[in-house]
Amino acid sequence: MLKYLAKRILLMIPTLVVISMLVFIIIQLPPGDYLESYIAELESQGESVDPQKIEFLREEYGLNMPLWKQYLVWVTGFVQGDLGYSFEYNLPVSEVIGDKMWLTIIVSFFTILVTWAIAFPIGIYSATHPYSWSDYGLTLVGFLGLATPNFLLALVMLYLANRYFGTSIGGLMDPEYMDQPWSWAKIKSVLEHLWIPVLVIGTSGTAGMIRRLRANLMDELRKPYVVTGRAKGMGETRLLVKYPLRLSLNFFIADIGSILPSIISGAEVVAVVLSLPTTGPILLAALQSQDMYLAGSFLMFLAMLTVIGVLISDIALAMLDPRIRLQGGSKK
Amino acid sequence: MFVTEAAEHQQNQTQQEQPLLEVRNLAVNFKVHGSDVAAVKDVSLSIPRGKTVAIVGESGSGKSVTSQAILGILPANGYIASGEIIYNHQSTRIDIAQLSPKGSQMRDLRGNQISIIFQEPMVSLSPVHTLLDQIGEALKLHKQVSKSGLRDAVLRMLEKTGFPDPERALTQYPFELSGGLRQRAMIAMALICQPSLLIADEPTTALDVTVQAQILQLIKSLQSEFGMSVLLITHDLGVVANMADDVVVMFHGEVVERGPIEALFNNPQHPYLKALFAAIPTFDMEDDARLQSLRPVTLDSKYLKQHRHQWTEEQKAIAPHLCIRNLCKDYQTRHGSWQGQASITHAVRDFNLQIPVGESFGLVGESGCGKTTLSKMLMRALEPTQGEILYNDGGQQININQLTDEQMRSFRPKMQFVFQDPFSSLSPRMTVLDILQEPFIIHGIGDPQSNKERAKELMHLVGLDTRFLNRYPHSFSGGQRQRISIARALALEPDLLILDEPVSALDVSVQAQILNLLKDLQQDLGLTYLFISHNLAVVDYIADRIGVMCRGQLVEIAPRHTLFRDPRHPYTHALMAAIPYPELDRPLDHSQLDRRHMDPTGWPEPFKLIDDDPGQMREIGPDHFIREMTTP
Repeated sequence: MLKYLAKRILLMIPTLVVISMLVFIIIQLPPGDYLESYIAELESQGESVDPQKIEFLREEYGLNMPLWKQYLVWVTGFVQGDLGYSFEYNLPVSEVIGDKMWLTIIVSFFTILVTWAIAFPIGIYSATHPYSWSDYGLTLVGFLGLATPNFLLALVMLYLANRYFGTSIGGLMDPEYMDQPWSWAKIKSVLEHLWIPVLVIGTSGTAGMIRRLRANLMDELRKPYVVTGRAKGMGETRLLVKYPLRLSLNFFIADIGSILPSIISGAEVVAVVLSLPTTGPILLAALQSQDMYLAGSFLMFLAMLTVIGVLISDIALAMLDPRIRLQGGSKK
Repeated sequence: MFVTEAAEHQQNQTQQEQPLLEVRNLAVNFKVHGSDVAAVKDVSLSIPRGKTVAIVGESGSGKSVTSQAILGILPANGYIASGEIIYNHQSTRIDIAQLSPKGSQMRDLRGNQISIIFQEPMVSLSPVHTLLDQIGEALKLHKQVSKSGLRDAVLRMLEKTGFPDPERALTQYPFELSGGLRQRAMIAMALICQPSLLIADEPTTALDVTVQAQILQLIKSLQSEFGMSVLLITHDLGVVANMADDVVVMFHGEVVERGPIEALFNNPQHPYLKALFAAIPTFDMEDDARLQSLRPVTLDSKYLKQHRHQWTEEQKAIAPHLCIRNLCKDYQTRHGSWQGQASITHAVRDFNLQIPVGESFGLVGESGCGKTTLSKMLMRALEPTQGEILYNDGGQQININQLTDEQMRSFRPKMQFVFQDPFSSLSPRMTVLDILQEPFIIHGIGDPQSNKERAKELMHLVGLDTRFLNRYPHSFSGGQRQRISIARALALEPDLLILDEPVSALDVSVQAQILNLLKDLQQDLGLTYLFISHNLAVVDYIADRIGVMCRGQLVEIAPRHTLFRDPRHPYTHALMAAIPYPELDRPLDHSQLDRRHMDPTGWPEPFKLIDDDPGQMREIGPDHFIREMTTP
């Protein structure tokens, strides 16, 4: 087990190196760099740009170095914890992300909890009462959730919340608490605003999870070992939980791998619509303006979380399912 | 005072005489698309205390449904329409048909008083729970036991059911066990509460013959130890002959005949039962003896014969049709949970075989003996580790392993394959016409018009109505599907057919039909067969010569009569002893099913084989070879 873990962790290093190269190349792919898009923007507004200042900036940021050198500078800094400097914000990247990271994590965490809390009971109910009216009804609701674009739902919810609860439009807290130190009132305001993005971001995930849980559980319910359990004289509820439900959970564990990166990237478009102070909109803006260190750091974080998430889900799967644990290595 | 005692005595008496379970006029219906379909109609039977009652019938006859009704585990859309299931336990008399299947009273009976073992021990056990957990659960549900008491009870039960290492088995998962051990675990689970009735639903159908013999013996010995009754459900009259006291024969949901086994076996009355007896291949049939199928098919080969070219004697004489030389296939298996400890398994080892043109060669072996690996290598779906396969193509020797992909493609039509499972080997999305045309399309033969004609001829060939061409496979029965896959295999007019367990998924009556069809086709078209099966009796019916395979090696080859009259190898003895005969005076001979017969390292000299010594074949009579250890 330990040996396997060490092997997996060592394997993560080359994976991340390759990803960092890809990230860097992709960010550099569009013609020009940040300064060029900056100049273009200024010129389009009719302002003149001092070429000497540009030259100075280019020197300062190392943008005139060959590509491989820029990459090395970025990577060595990254490894040492120096995430680089954001051109757009004129701030170190770590400061740009800092506070917003926490809010993002809060939003995502609640989204995941809500998704599970809604999806599990409904999925189990649908699977144990298949083809009934209630199953069809829940299925319809689920499909609506899947099919409605999130940003549209976000707008509708904003309107309703403002109209009936008086919640301020957009953001994660009332404007008066912005840039204020944390207090009970601020937390209360955050919780008041939180449910909208949580529901909006969660709907499609919930609907998808209901469908998958229903399909998996229905497959398992048809297996003969369920009859065996019944023939032993087990009660229906215990039987359901111990055998088919447990066996239908593999997909759920495997999902953890993709949950972690989605915590950070969140739902960008929804966050923009709701003007949430989360990290999603920043990533979007950084990619648009070729703010390379900011975008690069973001993408690297996502990659790291994906790799770690996959590792965690693999280990959890092996712990949950002895077939994977005991047969995983055998090749035929 | 006197009166009470007498009454008590009388009550005891009646209790002894009363059967344990009585099914009276039972009818079970299934709701299908809103209408009722009767699966079991007016079935009555009684199970005496301590005795074994067998229900015999083919798939769909309602025998399993009857057992599910007794246990209250009918599928969700099935229900008891009428009738009684009287369970007489001690002084109480319960009508199971009246109990709610999910109610607590029924749950108390299930697994406690009445328990069941199923056909497929792999899928009937949860793959992610240990044996201790699954077996102990039944006891925990019905009795008050401490944790250590539970462990001891499970351990004792595993010992009783013949686990070689019960201590270790406690923490093992079902997929770590062989099929036979899984069924033993299933039995341990069913018997841990010491029920008064055990329902065994096809308990050995999925197992090898030698394992089947052991499991049957185990059930029998535990039955006498616990004094329980057994309701045995099977389609195999050989198993019935070895196990049952009373027999109930079911056909289309009805009981057509029932009574003590002697009466039924010595003097069967109902035509269905008589037909069933005539459909079973036995291991000592005369050359011209023919199985009587319940639904005989007439094949029509005149069209196909027109296309075929006959081999000349010279072509036949040049070389055997198939010559396998020194064939080996090794697999690397990694053991241990996380780290790789590679070890080499010989799936097929030192395999030499020559099949002359027009011969039907039967290959017998139990699961895991390498027979499927061998057939895959012949089709070049697997590359052998070593050795060569030579094919006589009308007088020209071809080394199959040296063909380029291009050459292999044009070679394919000459050698075709029939699979075991007619359900998964036909695409459910293609009509029969598409299925039969596909070989022509792949090889660019003919046009749509002529291909349709050929498809019709193929349908005639296997005795199917050409009007079925537009149907999809799901509307056919297992036997009909197997005929379709035989027709597909014959589409490109192969000279050699590899049949990998073509009848083991079929009922006895359908099996006879397919075997007759295959036999007729072989004689009519002059085909060469390599017929692979685990059933010695089936192979004996179809083959001219038989090879016995064990752990990747041939251990005995002989013409069928020789093999039957004078088997030499201990493993052949074991295989023959394990066949259950549908005759009351030929019970299973368990003395041959020990390590001295089954395990290569336990075989007495000169047969003994160890890892380093694959042994060698020695001719001991005309065409009769056995494998012996290499003399140093």
